[in-house]
Amino acid sequence: MDRRPTTLLAELTHRCPLHCPYCSNPVDLARSQSELSTEDWKRVFTQSRELGALQLGLSGGEPLIRRDLEELVAHAHTLGFYQTLVTSAVGLTRDRAARIKDAGLEHVQISFQDSEKEIAEKIAGTRSWDAKHQAAAWIKELDFAFSVNVVLHRANLDHLAEIIDMAGALGADRIELANTQYYGWAVLSRESLMPTRDQIVRSEAIVDRAVEKYRGKMQIIYVLPDYYSEFPKPCQGGWGNFYLVVAPDGRVMPCHAASQITTLSFDNARDHSIRHIWEESSAFKAYRGDDWMQEPCRSCPRKHVDFGGCRCQAFALTGDATRTDPVCTLTSDRAIIDAMLDGTPPPITYAYREMGRIPATAMAGATAPSIDRE
Amino acid sequence: MALTSSSRPKLWKFARVQFDDARQRSVLQYPEGAVLLNDTAAEILALCDGERTIEEIAATLNQRYDADVLADVLADVQTYLSELADRELVRDEMPSSPVG
Repeated sequence: MDRRPTTLLAELTHRCPLHCPYCSNPVDLARSQSELSTEDWKRVFTQSRELGALQLGLSGGEPLIRRDLEELVAHAHTLGFYQTLVTSAVGLTRDRAARIKDAGLEHVQISFQDSEKEIAEKIAGTRSWDAKHQAAAWIKELDFAFSVNVVLHRANLDHLAEIIDMAGALGADRIELANTQYYGWAVLSRESLMPTRDQIVRSEAIVDRAVEKYRGKMQIIYVLPDYYSEFPKPCQGGWGNFYLVVAPDGRVMPCHAASQITTLSFDNARDHSIRHIWEESSAFKAYRGDDWMQEPCRSCPRKHVDFGGCRCQAFALTGDATRTDPVCTLTSDRAIIDAMLDGTPPPITYAYREMGRIPATAMAGATAPSIDRE
Repeated sequence: MALTSSSRPKLWKFARVQFDDARQRSVLQYPEGAVLLNDTAAEILALCDGERTIEEIAATLNQRYDADVLADVLADVQTYLSELADRELVRDEMPSSPVG
């Protein structure tokens, strides 16, 4: 078999000290009682590595909340994974960081919300600035590879240059500037998160200048929001081609947002081997290859370039995961995106991510929002 | 960043080469990325210790394989390592600069 996963994203927990409204976790967050055990996770790592996964992302929620994190890192290290800790860094101590380093973790990615403390903490929904900046200093001191990750949206895009300079001052090797993608919690605050066209145009010029300024010092990874693109993103390099995500409760998915496609059912790592799920599960096979495609994808020369875009986005916006990603300008569904872009931005009000709270609007927002088509 | 024949390439300190049993191939791993290597690429990277120049690396490979034209090997090695240098996965260790 030639198709092998390269990356395993292990969402160790949905528990998190932050409440960021842009979070892509599902609104029905998994509770701690439903989380996989230490032995479950070790088995998942072993089986994924045997299948060919090379990179391991330890994510969440906040992975530091798992007390067995060091043990899991040590196990993954013996298997040969290149590991990234995807963290808010809130709650990290220097001792713990040192133990994680000793266990073999190589790369730490810390999320930051803004270059100004007050705004950053308003976005995070909690005090977190001091902890993050202290943690970043320890990560540098302990000689991890260090990335800063900033999710971009209307409230922080005007500070983009300052945000990049902040990452530079923190000594980051990389900064990932990711425009908000509207999955999970982010759907609920879409109108408050969506940038203006003006912000997007300015951001590109700012990034171009920063790339020159930081060449050889810090890599800048900038992803243009797909709503502003002519063609959709080649999501995950194609469904079920490279990417494995295991949710806190053990469900194995082709992408971290896939659980919102309610027409799919996901096999659980408690019940089946990773190899079995990768090769045989209905969810992984659903949108592999191109047999599932409708027009205009089916006859499109770009179908092996962008794979029809994002299945989760197609489902969220049209109610049918086999339709072309509405971002694509070759589909009539593009009108859905254009209607969103043309709206006047309302005042910012966030639906903050919170365990056990499913806002009433989530029910409509999580599936197909009613948007007037032209 | 183009490398010259006198550059002394070294892998970025956060990148490493490992052998992947699943694919029976060497792979270059780094933060958020992995590149499958062919045998030649793996051999080149194994020689990138920050001491040898690209010229010396090419000469070593040339000797090992009894290749016809050293200039061709040199050009191939230089091109390949320059590509990795562009992606900042390989750095030039200048002989006069302090280690860092």
